[in-house]
Amino acid sequence: MTADQLLIFLAGIAGGALRVGAPFLFVSLGECITEKSGRINLGLEGVLVFSAMSAFGASYLSGSAWTGVLAAAATGALLATLHGVLCSLPRVNDIATGIALMLLGMGLAFYLGKPLIQPQAPQLPAIALGNWSDSAAVRSALQVNALVPIGMALAVALWWAFANTRAGLLVRMAGDSANATRALGYSVSAIRIAATAAGGMVAGLGGASLTLFYPGSWNEGISSGQGLIAVALVIFARWSPIRCVYASLLFGGAGAIGPALQSIGINWGYHLFNIIPYVLTLLILVITCRPGTTVSGSPGELSSTR
Amino acid sequence: MRNSLANFLLPAGAIIAALGVFGVFVWFAGASPLEVWLLLFKGAFGDWYSWQNTLQRAAPLMLTALCVAIPARAGLTVIGGEGAVVLGGLACAGLAQGLPLPANMVGTVMVCLAAALAGALWIALAGWLRQYRGINETISSLLLAYIAIGLFKHLVEGPLRDPSSLNKPSTFSLAEGLRIGGIAGSDVHWGLVIGVLACLAAGLWVHMTPSGFAVRVVGGNPRAAQLVGLPASKLILLACALGGACAGVAGAIEVAAVHTNANAALIAGYGYAGILVAFIARQHPVAIVPVAILFGGFGAAGSLLQRRLGLPDASVLVLQGIAFVLILASEALRDVDWKGFFARIGRLGPSGAPSAALPEQP
Repeated sequence: MTADQLLIFLAGIAGGALRVGAPFLFVSLGECITEKSGRINLGLEGVLVFSAMSAFGASYLSGSAWTGVLAAAATGALLATLHGVLCSLPRVNDIATGIALMLLGMGLAFYLGKPLIQPQAPQLPAIALGNWSDSAAVRSALQVNALVPIGMALAVALWWAFANTRAGLLVRMAGDSANATRALGYSVSAIRIAATAAGGMVAGLGGASLTLFYPGSWNEGISSGQGLIAVALVIFARWSPIRCVYASLLFGGAGAIGPALQSIGINWGYHLFNIIPYVLTLLILVITCRPGTTVSGSPGELSSTR
Repeated sequence: MRNSLANFLLPAGAIIAALGVFGVFVWFAGASPLEVWLLLFKGAFGDWYSWQNTLQRAAPLMLTALCVAIPARAGLTVIGGEGAVVLGGLACAGLAQGLPLPANMVGTVMVCLAAALAGALWIALAGWLRQYRGINETISSLLLAYIAIGLFKHLVEGPLRDPSSLNKPSTFSLAEGLRIGGIAGSDVHWGLVIGVLACLAAGLWVHMTPSGFAVRVVGGNPRAAQLVGLPASKLILLACALGGACAGVAGAIEVAAVHTNANAALIAGYGYAGILVAFIARQHPVAIVPVAILFGGFGAAGSLLQRRLGLPDASVLVLQGIAFVLILASEALRDVDWKGFFARIGRLGPSGAPSAALPEQP
C-alpha cells in the first residue's frame, strides 16, 4: 500500500464514518427518545426502510430533495405512531409489535417502491470537507451529507431538553416509573405514544439520508439491519444523545472499512469486512451488559434490559 | 375450554381481518379485492399444481417457525432463524463438497445432521449470550443472522464457489444420490414429512415429557423454576439448540430438495416468515403445521397475483405485515368481557327496557 493509497483509505474511513454513520445517528437518536419513555421500538428498522422509500419517492415526484426529507419524517412518525398505539393496548408486547412493524414497514416499502427502482431523484446537497486536498479521490470521499450537522445539533438539543424542559422530564419520568407518572396525573400511554412518534420522525431522517445521499438510490437491499444495530447502539451509548453521536460515528467507520478497501482495489473478503459492524455490536454488548444487573443509566421501565 | 376457543378464534379472526384490510389496500392500487381474494385462494389451494407449490413452501416454514416457538416456550424471543437457515444450507453443501459421502440415504442424513448442528450451535450462541452475558436475545439473534449471511456470501462467492457458476455464485451441486426427492413422483419433497414430524415431535416433547414441562416452567416463571431447582440455563440452551437445529434442517432441505446447491436464493426470508407463523400458532408446535400451510399458500399465490393483476411481488409481504400487526392487536380482545359487552349493546337497543330491570352485573 503506497502513501497515496493509505491517504485515500483513511479519507474513505473518515468520510464513511460520517456518511455511513448518518442513518445510525438518526435511528439511534429516535430510538433514544423512544426508550427514554420506557418503550423499545424494534420496528425502527421498518420505519427506516419505509421512510427511505417515501423520501426517494417524494423527492422524485416533487423535484426537491427537502420535500423528500419532510415526507420521510412524516411517514416515519406515522408508522411509529402505529407502534405506539398498538403497544398501549392491553396484553400487547412491545418487542413482538416491533418485529411485526419491521415486516410491515419493509413490505409496504417494497410494494410501493417498485416503480422507484429505476429512476434518479434529486439528491441532498453535500458539504465538501475535502477541499484542502488536491486528490480527487480524497475529495469525493469527504463529501458529507447536509443532514449530518442537523443530526448533531439535534443530539445536543435533545441532551439539553431531556435535562431542562418539562417535556423532557415527562418523557424520562414515564420511562423510569409509570406509577409515579400516573400519581402526578399524567397519562403514561399518551407520553409514550408521543415519544415513539417523535422517535419515528427522527429515524425517518435516517431513511432520507440513505436514499437521498448515500447510497443515493432506492432498492430493496437499502438497509441491512441499520435500524437494529441502532437499538444496540443506544444501549452502548447508555441512553445519552451525545454518546449516540460518538457511537454512530464509530459504527459508520466500521461499516466503511469494506467500501474503503474496495476503493483502493482490495476486493478480497468484501462480505467479511461488511459484517464488522454486527460483530462490533455484539462485542460491545458483551462488554457493556452483565447478567442479572441493569446497565447504568437505563430507563427503569424498559423491557429489553431487564 | 373458553380459553382454547379464544386461542382459535382470535388468530382466525385476525387473519380474516388481515385479508379484509389487504383487499382495501389493493383496491387503492386499482385491483378488485374480490378478484384478489379469489386468486389468493386459487394460487394457494386451487388445484394440484398450486397445492404442490404451497406444500413445498410450507416445509421450511414449519421448521423455521419451530426455531421461534421452541425457544419461546423457554421464555425467549429468538428472531434470527434466517441465520440458522443459511448456515444449515452452507453446512449441508460444504459437507457434501468436503467429504466423500455415500450417495444414498445415509449421506442425506449426514448432510441434514451437519445442517442441524450448525443451526443448533448458532441459535444456542444467542441463548448463551443471554444467560451468561445478559444480552437481549432478540437483538443478538438478529445480529447473528446478519453475520451468518455475511459468512455465507463470503464462502459461497469465495472458497466454496463452483468455478463454473458465473453469474450466480453457488457451491458445487449435490450428488444425485444425496438430494431429497419428491413424494410419489410429485413436486412435494420429503422435506414436508420432516417438517410435520418435527412439529409433532416438538409438540409431544413440550407437552408430554418431564424435560418439556421443565422448559415451560422456566419460560413461564423463571423464579419458580429456580426455587424448585431446575437447571434453567441448561434448559434454555437446550430449547435454543433444538429450535436452531430445526431451522438448520430447513436450510439443508432447501439445498438438497430445491436448489441442489447453496446460493443466494437461500436467503429468501423463510426465517422471518417463520416468526409470523409461530406467533399465529401461539408458539404451539402442532398448530404450526396448518398455519405454515396457510402462509405457504399465500407465498405460492404471490406469483399468481403478480402475473394476473400486475401487483408487485411484495404484496405478499404486505399481507404478512398486516396479519402480524392484527394478530398482536387481537390479543387485546382476549380480556374483553363479551357477555357484558353484548348485554350493554342489548340495553342500548329498543328492547332495552326489560334488560335494564335486571340487576347490574359487576
